[in-house]
Amino acid sequence: MIVEIAHFCLILALVVAVVTAIAPMWGSFYNQSILVRFARPATHVMFVLIFISFAGLVHAFATDNFTVSYVANHSYSRLPFIYKICAVWGAHEGSMLLWILVLAGWSSAVALFSRQLPEQAVARVLSVMAFISVGFLSFAVFTSNPFERLLPYFPIDGRDLNPLLQDFGFIIHPPFLYMGYVGFAVAFAFAISALISGELDSAWARWSRPWTVAAWIFLTIGISLGSWWAYYELGWGGWWFWDPVENASFMPWLTGTALIHTLAVSEKRGVFKAWTVFLALITFCLSLLGTFIVRSGVITSVHSFAQDPVRGLFILIFLAIVVIAALTLFIFRAGAVRSTGRYQLLSKESFLLFNNVLLAAALLVVLFGTLFPLIMEAFDQSVSVGAPYFNLLFPICMLPLLALLGIGHWLHWKNHPVERLLKTARNILFVAIIFLVAMSYWIYSFANTIIWISLFIAFWIISSILYDVVDKTKHGQSRLVALKKLKSSYWGMQLAHSGLAVTLVGIVMVEYNSIEKLIRFAPNDQFEVANYQVTFDGLSKVNGPNYIATRGSFTVNENGKEFKVHSEKRRYTASGQIMTEAGINPGFSRDVYISLGEKLEGNEWSVRIYIKSFVRWIWFGTILMALGGLLAMSDRRYRLKLKQKIA
Amino acid sequence: MKKHRQKRLYAVLGTVFGVSVAVGLVLFALSENINLFYKPSDVEAGKAPLDKTIKVGGLVVPGTVVRNTETLDVSFVIRDNQSDLKVHFNDVLPDLFKEGQGIVATGQLTDQQNFKASSVLAKHDENYMPPEVARALEESGHPMKKKND
Repeated sequence: MIVEIAHFCLILALVVAVVTAIAPMWGSFYNQSILVRFARPATHVMFVLIFISFAGLVHAFATDNFTVSYVANHSYSRLPFIYKICAVWGAHEGSMLLWILVLAGWSSAVALFSRQLPEQAVARVLSVMAFISVGFLSFAVFTSNPFERLLPYFPIDGRDLNPLLQDFGFIIHPPFLYMGYVGFAVAFAFAISALISGELDSAWARWSRPWTVAAWIFLTIGISLGSWWAYYELGWGGWWFWDPVENASFMPWLTGTALIHTLAVSEKRGVFKAWTVFLALITFCLSLLGTFIVRSGVITSVHSFAQDPVRGLFILIFLAIVVIAALTLFIFRAGAVRSTGRYQLLSKESFLLFNNVLLAAALLVVLFGTLFPLIMEAFDQSVSVGAPYFNLLFPICMLPLLALLGIGHWLHWKNHPVERLLKTARNILFVAIIFLVAMSYWIYSFANTIIWISLFIAFWIISSILYDVVDKTKHGQSRLVALKKLKSSYWGMQLAHSGLAVTLVGIVMVEYNSIEKLIRFAPNDQFEVANYQVTFDGLSKVNGPNYIATRGSFTVNENGKEFKVHSEKRRYTASGQIMTEAGINPGFSRDVYISLGEKLEGNEWSVRIYIKSFVRWIWFGTILMALGGLLAMSDRRYRLKLKQKIA
Repeated sequence: MKKHRQKRLYAVLGTVFGVSVAVGLVLFALSENINLFYKPSDVEAGKAPLDKTIKVGGLVVPGTVVRNTETLDVSFVIRDNQSDLKVHFNDVLPDLFKEGQGIVATGQLTDQQNFKASSVLAKHDENYMPPEVARALEESGHPMKKKND
């Protein structure tokens, strides 16, 4: 019964979405204030209906309702409870429902926190968001209904959730990623609304800034969680594969990052307005493209699950409608936009432009590399683009970006005098070199130019931030007072930028300073690598809730300090699928990563022993970036505006 | 020439230069790094290049997995219903690797019968057949059962 109610609510939500997509938009054109005011309550109703529908599916999973086909295929009576709940987004139908729920959540949030905006603008924004909801709701209702029943012949037990997904990462990674992906719909809707009204002043940039940063924070954390999860779960210690599905989430991140930078310029200086609107449109289109890539399975990826091409076609058509509509509107409306500010080559504006050019170049590299197999498919050629393509081109875009970052953030708007720029840059360079020299004893052993260059760039960024903080506080009565006076958005920016430097160190060190060994290993054998001595203590049997595992125990001696690491080979009873659980001893400057390979002859096993240099820094840096975004969002500026309007 | 015109000219020239460098680099990187897919029968017919990184795929023939007793070398035969190809690998086979299952390997041909793989791909989902393999099998007349989900 609950399943039918949930299904019915989903269909009802589609009806409400259709009305919300049309009525308030119509009302905003013909000054029908009733229709305009209809937008907010309708959006909340839609959210409640979708929430009930989602809760119904969660209930079906929680109560092991195997009469529902989706539950029977992706759950199992002996699955731990938390994974039963999360199994909701374990496959196509449920993850589409999560997508829809998240979109409805963002729409409701916009309806709730937009009291200070003109009613017409809100109505248009909510209409655009409802239009996107219509697309995905009809997709769910017509092609991927999660509530389909298996009556009267339903299985006694489920086929279990894919073992790879039975992990902590799976609980939080998809919701965060979707919050990010879908969150860019808000910036998209604001941009469309601004294009329709033709009022591309700084107001729209100011409104969409906190929303865009919020989506960006979620996406940053979502991608980072995915990377961390892949690292410990796939059993061979990679943290990024340039896989199409990863790229799908990374592309909106690149344009989203560019967007939060140009929104700042558009709001404060009134330049790059058209470009900012374009980025807002393209970022969400890339989110849709990502959904298409992930859900259609057209491109071979390690994430590919068995999929249905009809579904891919549906999303492709919807994507085409959204892209064509948005770009047509853009072409007809954005031409009239004139930037008001003037600026010289050496100014914050110019450097933000370089930032955008380089991010756009990085995006094109990733986009082309990801879609190339699809293009060749049209010519009946099956190809794949290897990681070396990305590893060659991506740094070519990123390293100049990072180098320029060390200058851009402290430049003046409009014009920065050359002599002063050179003087400041020289001071920063000096500090960076001091850092490098101070650490040279420690980094001497690396003897790799790429590490040296990258560390230097990281120091260069950090020095520029330190220099700027010192410079900004030198005129106050005292340093402390001056420090307190700096706005939270300033601290947010600096925190996010230092996060980038930290991630850079992590990436370069793990790629060029790690030790990777794959050996034949038998119990009681010893293996030495660098200053690590690894002993294979033995194997034992472990019975999990829904799996049986062989556990390998290892003792690692690192410069006289001993610790144990356990790696498991699990066989999941329902599906018979084999899974490796890597054993990791995490640390500040290295992870010791041991994972069981295969059983060989006698009692020998193939075993991976990795010393992953500074790998934690990759994710720690992204946490700093997200925290920086959070600080920037919490800036008093946005709340003040709100209060002023109410007063 | 007026100053703003001159400025614009530089901007245009700069953009053209930037774009051409970018396109050149992308094409160069692509030409070095795209991996074409070949069926075992293509390889046997000599259609696949010898010293380039390519992909091959097919079903793992049961009983052909041979492990070296000293090293981590392992070899197995893949088949597309017409021809066989021996794949050599010096790493851990993925957890989902099974005899009779479809796999895709990336690597280089050492000769017309032997392939040295740098990676072997089996999927997250055991019901899943890599699309290249599915098509290769269909083309060589292997009946493909349509899977529901």
